[in-house]
Amino acid sequence: MKPTKILSAVSILGLTVGLSHAEGHMASDMTVVSWGGAYQQSQTSAYTDPYAEMNSGLTVTWDESSAEAVAKLRAMNEAGNITWDVVDVVAADALRLCDEGLAVEIDANEQLAAAPDGTSAEDDFGDLLVGDCFIPQIVYSTTFGYRTDMVPEGVEAPNDICDVFDLETYPGMRALEKRPINNVEWALLCDGVAKEDVYDVLETEEGQEQALAKLDTIKDSVIWWSAGADTPQLLADGEIFMGSTYNGRLFAAIEEQGQPIGMMWDAQVFDLDGWIIPAGLPEDRMARALDFVYFATDTQRLADQAKYISYGPARLSSAPLVGQHATLGIDMAQHMPTDPENAKNTFLYNYEFWADYRDDIDAKFQAWLAQ
Amino acid sequence: MSDTTPSGPMLAADGTPLKISLSRALRRQKIRALALIAPLLLFVVITFVIPIVSMLFRSVENQIVSHTMPEATAALAAWDSAATEPPGEEVFQALYFDLFRAAEAKEHTKLGTRLNYEQTGTSSLFRTSGRNLDDVGEEWQDPIEDIAPAFEDGETWFAMLSGEGGNRILEQRRRLWSEMVDEPFAGDVGLTLSSEVAAFLPLTAAAYSDWAIFEALEEGRDIATRDPWEAVYAGLGLDLRNAETVAAINAYQGPHAEDLQLLTANLDQLPDLMFRDAFAELDEDWLSPDVWRTIKIYSPDYTSGYFLNAVDMEKGADGAQMRPENQQIYLTLFMRTLWMSLLITSSCIVLGYPVAWLLANLPLRTANVLMILVLLPFWTSLLVRTSAWKVLLQQQGVINEILVWLGFVDDANRLILMNNATGTIIAMTHILLPFMILPLYSVMKTIPPSYLRAAKSLGATNWTAFWRVYFPQSVPGIGAGSILVFILAIGYYITPEIVGGTDGVFISNRIAYHISSSLNWGLAAALGTILLAVVLLLYWLYDRIVGIDNVKLGG
Repeated sequence: MKPTKILSAVSILGLTVGLSHAEGHMASDMTVVSWGGAYQQSQTSAYTDPYAEMNSGLTVTWDESSAEAVAKLRAMNEAGNITWDVVDVVAADALRLCDEGLAVEIDANEQLAAAPDGTSAEDDFGDLLVGDCFIPQIVYSTTFGYRTDMVPEGVEAPNDICDVFDLETYPGMRALEKRPINNVEWALLCDGVAKEDVYDVLETEEGQEQALAKLDTIKDSVIWWSAGADTPQLLADGEIFMGSTYNGRLFAAIEEQGQPIGMMWDAQVFDLDGWIIPAGLPEDRMARALDFVYFATDTQRLADQAKYISYGPARLSSAPLVGQHATLGIDMAQHMPTDPENAKNTFLYNYEFWADYRDDIDAKFQAWLAQ
Repeated sequence: MSDTTPSGPMLAADGTPLKISLSRALRRQKIRALALIAPLLLFVVITFVIPIVSMLFRSVENQIVSHTMPEATAALAAWDSAATEPPGEEVFQALYFDLFRAAEAKEHTKLGTRLNYEQTGTSSLFRTSGRNLDDVGEEWQDPIEDIAPAFEDGETWFAMLSGEGGNRILEQRRRLWSEMVDEPFAGDVGLTLSSEVAAFLPLTAAAYSDWAIFEALEEGRDIATRDPWEAVYAGLGLDLRNAETVAAINAYQGPHAEDLQLLTANLDQLPDLMFRDAFAELDEDWLSPDVWRTIKIYSPDYTSGYFLNAVDMEKGADGAQMRPENQQIYLTLFMRTLWMSLLITSSCIVLGYPVAWLLANLPLRTANVLMILVLLPFWTSLLVRTSAWKVLLQQQGVINEILVWLGFVDDANRLILMNNATGTIIAMTHILLPFMILPLYSVMKTIPPSYLRAAKSLGATNWTAFWRVYFPQSVPGIGAGSILVFILAIGYYITPEIVGGTDGVFISNRIAYHISSSLNWGLAAALGTILLAVVLLLYWLYDRIVGIDNVKLGG
């Protein structure tokens, strides 16, 4: 297939970027979109601050709109005025933006830095290059945290995903995300479905019903969250016994705030977060965006980010470089979702499956919630 | 009329008939008045009316299907959507050329996303098929280039298809492109099709035009030297299956006739591939009649599908039908939104009326302090107030703690005041209360206290004096407050989202979901339109029953 205009423009630019860095006209402003909070702070420290230092005269503006990035980019595209240069999104959103033609395609080997040992970017990122537009940055996981002081006496602390569904041994409220993704997988897993069959079962009407029926057994004890900050707050207030959220949020609650919370890790679901570059940028801004992304996703930069937040770098070559937390001084490796001790039993977000089934299962899930 | 002269109409000072002169003056006045409000009118139209109308228009818009797959949808017209068999080869052939163009322009995934709202699995069906579509064309490209190596060369194609008289085809293809990509595709392609060649190689000419337009106008490349894409080889291969074409080629004398005749001499080396099988190999879902039914049902330019979805129905093979029970949600949400908004409005009346009465009747100094108490939360951010309610209402929250401490509630059975409808009603009643109190207050302020005294002096009891004299005069305030509160409540989003849990969320939460998460803007627009229509209907009913003249926002 012949590459499209955009792709060719990008790869030509990418070549110039890859070969000679400072050349060409690059915009002196850059708007970077991210999620706000500690995560964005880690990106500022690890990526944009050193980048701005290297490029004097560059103004970096942050926009905390990643949660609505897809809708906003679509609206910008329709209005013909793209105001963002680099956007941090989860991989599923990157896939959709790519499908909608709202993000430019990236040739990893040409447009991203190779590992220090010469391994090509494509091999270094491996399977994490989801779709054609996504530039991976971190691996995060959705997992459970629980109140250590609410574990009933004489009972082992929860360490199995199915403990979430066991109201007898572990009475108390749970917090789950108000969407089917992850919840239905966990439900099936605890309803006797083998891990490798989960998505085959979920494709069927009966499988979806089975998952909802399993969730039904704990429905009365669930608070449904929609923002990642909800679960840590509910745990801290003692509103719930256990709840799912992003591992970095739990890390902050445990290590930075000293809350009595334990990590479960079992059946954690890996997901990816990374950059996309919006389609339709003028040449100088596109050059700037590509140059920034080249810098911000190299091996050292990705390892640097792990100093500030417990999300795993997306490059294989970054893993050995992960050191200690910048202020707490604790060893970060053991808090990474990818640490062998934590990653004994994991799921990887199934992007293809959810791109297809998201609307369908969500309709059923919401109807079930409303009952 | 006594001044009218019998000879003609009354005249103005300048001699024109008075009637005309008067209407001219009036018109001038009207224009001047219009000019004065023109900036505002323009502002309202541009920033308010146009966006809303265009958003609402999305609820019926559906050109994406016929514009992305013009030939396949046309070919599909003959297929019976109740059939249990997939459509025939001609549809698959049209699909190939449509999908190929769409995949080049990266439009096929948009269509896949659109159709996935109606038929699960279409998203990946289009994505993977688009990705692997090149393989199909290569089935022809390889043998054609083996038999006649001249076809490896872009110049051969250009020379063969150039000529004169074939521009109608080129313009037709240009129109298809511009409809699909929504760009004008204006400009010189640098190709004049030969009508002679196009007559016996129709598919080749069409596919080559598609390629030439895209390559020249979208990619900005010189088409004279570049190799065309795989679909052009497929087009040639298909044209060669036609006996008349073969005869015409053998009689043909133009450029590269010898290369074409090389092909006709070696027809047996060309594949007898069927597109149906090729697509089945790409993804077996192409053989599923369900996929085709969805495409056919949604091929018209305008659809009622989004509106049907918005009321828990769907378009089936034989008209509208209810969705399966386990997917019905919107009617429940609409009813809940209306019911809870009514409940919130009523509790605002019950709580707001005494407060407004106090405000209107207490001495000014005390009333002012009370007024500040009403206004203070009104000036606080909505998000802050809602989050404050979270702290108060949660199970380990202030209210429960106090109740447990007082011994009213057992520690093990704390009240669940949040993450359900109760939470939404409590928080929203508080948040919307000022909108009830303020209009009530401004109406009550105008009711002279002497009326009540007069009623009592005539022997009415306290209750009769209130109910027969005071209350009827305060009804316009209730009306105004109720309309404000109800209409605000019906579109509320953030408070139900934070404290509503599952059974306290409104229809607006689903609209927000479809705008920002599922990206099903058509459905969101349909839900929004219905909500707007319901509000207008209720307003009309209110006007009929109570009368809008009876609504007062102030003295």
